[in-house]
Amino acid sequence: MVFIEQNDNVPADVSLELLSRARELADNLGLEVEGVALGYGLQNWLPNLGAYGCDRAYALEDERLAHFSSIPYTKGLVQIIQKHQPRFMLFGATTTGRDVAPRVASTLQCGLTADCTDLQIGDHKFKKRSYQDILLQIRPAFGGNIIATIVSPESRPSLATVREGVMKKKETHSPPTCRVIQESCPWESGDFPTEILEVVRQAKNVDLKTEKVIVSAGMGASSPESLKLVRELADLLGGEVGSSRPVVDGGFLHKEHQVGQTGTTVRPNLYIACGISGQIQHRAGMSEAKRIIAVNSDPEAPIFDIAHYGIVGDVNQVLQRMIKAYKQKL
Amino acid sequence: MSLNMLVLVKQVPDTQNVTGEAMRPDGTVNRDALPAIFNPEDLNALEEALKIKDRLGGVVTAMSMGPPKAADVVKECLYRGADKGILVSDRGFAGSDTLATSYALTCAITRLSGFDLVFCGRQAIDGDTAQVGPQVAEKLGVNQLTCVADILDISRDRIVVKRQIENGYEKLAASLPVLLTVTSEANEPRSANAKRVMGFKRIVCCEDAEGTDCWPCEPIEHIKQWDIQAIAADAERCGFSGSATWVKKIDNVVLTARETKGIENSEPGISGLINELMEEHII
Repeated sequence: MVFIEQNDNVPADVSLELLSRARELADNLGLEVEGVALGYGLQNWLPNLGAYGCDRAYALEDERLAHFSSIPYTKGLVQIIQKHQPRFMLFGATTTGRDVAPRVASTLQCGLTADCTDLQIGDHKFKKRSYQDILLQIRPAFGGNIIATIVSPESRPSLATVREGVMKKKETHSPPTCRVIQESCPWESGDFPTEILEVVRQAKNVDLKTEKVIVSAGMGASSPESLKLVRELADLLGGEVGSSRPVVDGGFLHKEHQVGQTGTTVRPNLYIACGISGQIQHRAGMSEAKRIIAVNSDPEAPIFDIAHYGIVGDVNQVLQRMIKAYKQKL
Repeated sequence: MSLNMLVLVKQVPDTQNVTGEAMRPDGTVNRDALPAIFNPEDLNALEEALKIKDRLGGVVTAMSMGPPKAADVVKECLYRGADKGILVSDRGFAGSDTLATSYALTCAITRLSGFDLVFCGRQAIDGDTAQVGPQVAEKLGVNQLTCVADILDISRDRIVVKRQIENGYEKLAASLPVLLTVTSEANEPRSANAKRVMGFKRIVCCEDAEGTDCWPCEPIEHIKQWDIQAIAADAERCGFSGSATWVKKIDNVVLTARETKGIENSEPGISGLINELMEEHII
């Protein structure tokens, strides 16, 4: 079962990614994929989730659920989970998913694994007991220095939150309709203890996940002159500007540009890392790019370990030469 | 008006600044060689509690669960302005996942005579789960406000916060008691106060089995240390036996060197690279 997160009645990308992955896992096990959504006006779009492999969607409709809130969402989800007893329960690792999933897991006293980057099905043996076809929840830990495989075979369901962008959204072209089942929950006024005074959501100006080319600035390219060149090259190549965390923390670029463990996970065709040393947290978000060019004045920078092409030199000079070379070919 | 505030803090290995000394020859990280630090966002949580105390008065109690060495972070809280310190420590807590941890912390908090606000850092840098805060709130049966980037208003019975969400924020109001998880954007934590460091430098933990949370004298003479019995926890729900998630396997991330093609920083070198990428339709 997948928690279908919605904002203003638009399903979150990560929920669709999870449905796609759940479909694959379910097909291997002969299971069905269910979704559960809370909100107001859900019936208008829930049937479309068939395109992502959702067989059935449970809808909890209430005007007061239009926007996310911890307590009522927890109550609704717990009720649906207890009624329908899914084996696995997946949430996007968003601010919503990571708020509500722990509370749900605590109520159910079930295992929850945070911020997974992969989900598999497998077996586990422990103290003469063996468990078949359980959820293997794979996630980085210790700041990305290790990858842990977590299991919770005694929990029904096993719960996990999954990072956005790590699973691929797969849309089928002749989609079956997803059957929507209206559910109800006995809400009381005490179930809404948080008053939502204001929600401000800026339109996403930058969506690094969909970019084919990313030119990324690290502290070695955070001067105004360097950033101008990074932007120029990104525009020239039809791409977008990315950055390492210190550049965002330092206020040189907005958070939506940040690549890495606490930013966006990207897999573009080309990733040009300018003045980025290559801390493991950054590499976790970009090492799957098809081609990586590292530009750094320090030949010992760890970024060179994972780059396909390395250029040691002054970042500004290299950027100028790239811009010039590309313009000449046009 | 005087608020009763509790701050939950954790000692963690410094995973964000892995130095060469912590690297094994095979390219993996030796976790035991990482220095133990105060979890960064827990400092932001402490700071929010201290700011409220400065403005409105109140009592700030710092609580940590961990091995005896974790007393260091409780001490650090005292240095920065916390009034009381509690270390929840027992071998029986070893192997706790977030479910078992939140259960033990909840038992310990229940031993206190009540609270208006519980502060946690949004997440710890070792596990990065961000789960213990909400799970403690659920077990205490109180409301939660997560990812708090700013406290906009606070009174005896109501708090207004700015909560960070993707590409924006929410402004939320809730009545007390409530549990908050605080992000690094909320503040710049104060440093230790020299006078307080002198005062608490030699403070030690003292086991405290009795069912009272009263500190008999001010200033406090010790950090209270509570074990499983002291918090009246069910040992079966603590540690590994109380954990629903188990680690099946750990793979060290090996910093495998890719075969990197060195490109000369010259016009012909870079022009050749651009050519190659265009021929392969990468750009």
